[in-house]
Amino acid sequence: MPKEPKLSFEHVSKAYPSRRGEARRLAVEDVTLNIEEGHFVCLLGPSGCGKSTLLNMAAGFILPTSGRILVDAKEIAGPGIDRGVVFQEYALFPWYTALQNVELGPRAKGMPAAARRALAERYLAMVGLTDHIHKYPRELSGGMKQRAAIARTLANEPRIMLMDEPFGALDAQTREGLQDQLLDIWSATRTTIVFVTHSINEAVLLSDEVAILAAHPGRLIHTVRNRLPRPRSRTSADVVELEREIYDQRYLAESRRAAE
Amino acid sequence: MTSAILPSHGAPPSEEPAPDSGAEERPLGRRIGWRSPPNKLLSIVVVILGWQAIGLVNSRMHFYNPRLFPAPADIIQAAWALGQSGVLWIDILVSTWRVLEGVLFAAPVGIALGMAVGRIRWFEDSVEPIIELLRPIPPLALLPMIILWFGIGEASKVFFIAYSCFFVFFTTVVVGVRNIDSVLLRAGQSLGLSWLQQQRFIIVQAVLPDIMLGLRLSLSVGFLVIVAAEFIAADTGLGYLINYSRTWFRVADMLVGAICIGLLGVASNYTLVALERRMFQWRAAAQ
Repeated sequence: MPKEPKLSFEHVSKAYPSRRGEARRLAVEDVTLNIEEGHFVCLLGPSGCGKSTLLNMAAGFILPTSGRILVDAKEIAGPGIDRGVVFQEYALFPWYTALQNVELGPRAKGMPAAARRALAERYLAMVGLTDHIHKYPRELSGGMKQRAAIARTLANEPRIMLMDEPFGALDAQTREGLQDQLLDIWSATRTTIVFVTHSINEAVLLSDEVAILAAHPGRLIHTVRNRLPRPRSRTSADVVELEREIYDQRYLAESRRAAE
Repeated sequence: MTSAILPSHGAPPSEEPAPDSGAEERPLGRRIGWRSPPNKLLSIVVVILGWQAIGLVNSRMHFYNPRLFPAPADIIQAAWALGQSGVLWIDILVSTWRVLEGVLFAAPVGIALGMAVGRIRWFEDSVEPIIELLRPIPPLALLPMIILWFGIGEASKVFFIAYSCFFVFFTTVVVGVRNIDSVLLRAGQSLGLSWLQQQRFIIVQAVLPDIMLGLRLSLSVGFLVIVAAEFIAADTGLGYLINYSRTWFRVADMLVGAICIGLLGVASNYTLVALERRMFQWRAAAQ
């Protein structure tokens, strides 16, 4: 018997009102996607393919125009702590230290000061920020900010982590370090992760499944199961082979579209 | 003046003169022979001494009537006399108290309305147009009417200052609220913050620097407009001191009043700048 998906998109579309009476712009067109519990799924596509729109709908920040988004077979109604979000622009509260940022979720839930402090310190240690917990975001580098933001999301112990191009603004070296760290965290917590990226390499390296999206309108063209053994090497032949396969599929989809 | 009042926002970190920083890295051929930066206090002292020198020369040659343009020493003498009689202290206290009262009434109304207009569409559409219509009217133009409404007692002056300062709080808070990065609000929502917690942990924290800026600006607006109110309807206060002295051609007393207001403005500005530095260490030296 197939397992019930943790997160599912059912015929989800999102249209934005047009300017000057043109046809409405479809950001996402009829996407159906099931994500299994504990899986690491990448939404891969160029800009304009609606991958961030899909993520924002899953987070509950915006509503789909049609279709439904379900978590544990229950339709979502707005943001919730079962879905933690990691933003590309970090979204740390600049007036709080790293520690205070990470403590905020547990604090909002009413956790006593000592307990939430211990929890926050544990997650900050997990991302390697033990020496920087009392620093304000402006005192942290880009990579450290994103690690603090990941710790903040983890401290709420979400069942699903929604990550919107979290490493997109970082330099290549920092990005690779964070990718490895994220995989460590994922194997320790086994949280379901939905990860938006435009990098084929990142998708192949991280995911169990790659959902390939195309733009204008944003739509799902294919999903690829990624069964490559872990740990994966960035330059190994099978990783490169799968990258090429995904690249070809995207290319085919685009040229088929152009021929129509 | 604006640069003295407005810094903290995007001010570069190195506003303080870095001691001796220019000594080794001074570019060739520039500022040779000058200590850089020039001592600010020194330039003030030089101007005062120059003014006194002109006064001394004038006391022998009589270019102009010294009663109409007294020298610093005469002003200090006048200040001493006014201080001795106790009048000056009372006037300072009364004017300061009126400004503080006005600011105290303006703050909650301006902050609350500013937050509402910045956050709630309904308020933005209904309240903001009215405020934007009133804002360009100089508060001074309304002063005679305010005196008709509230009489010549304390109420008219406090209302007048509160009215003038309201716009300062309102504008800074509206801008501050509108500038809050929406991604921070999303982050708060997905962290499970309730509506009240979002106000407390995000909105208020984000707007606090703007409220402090509003406080600082409205204090200087308060000292700016109090004088006019005390010209027209008062029997105490620095404005009254100035206007009353005019009747007796006591220009030195008038200047004492004017300088006191200036010093009060400088003092409040510096105090609040120092307070802001302490309060908002998280944003210090940003960029």
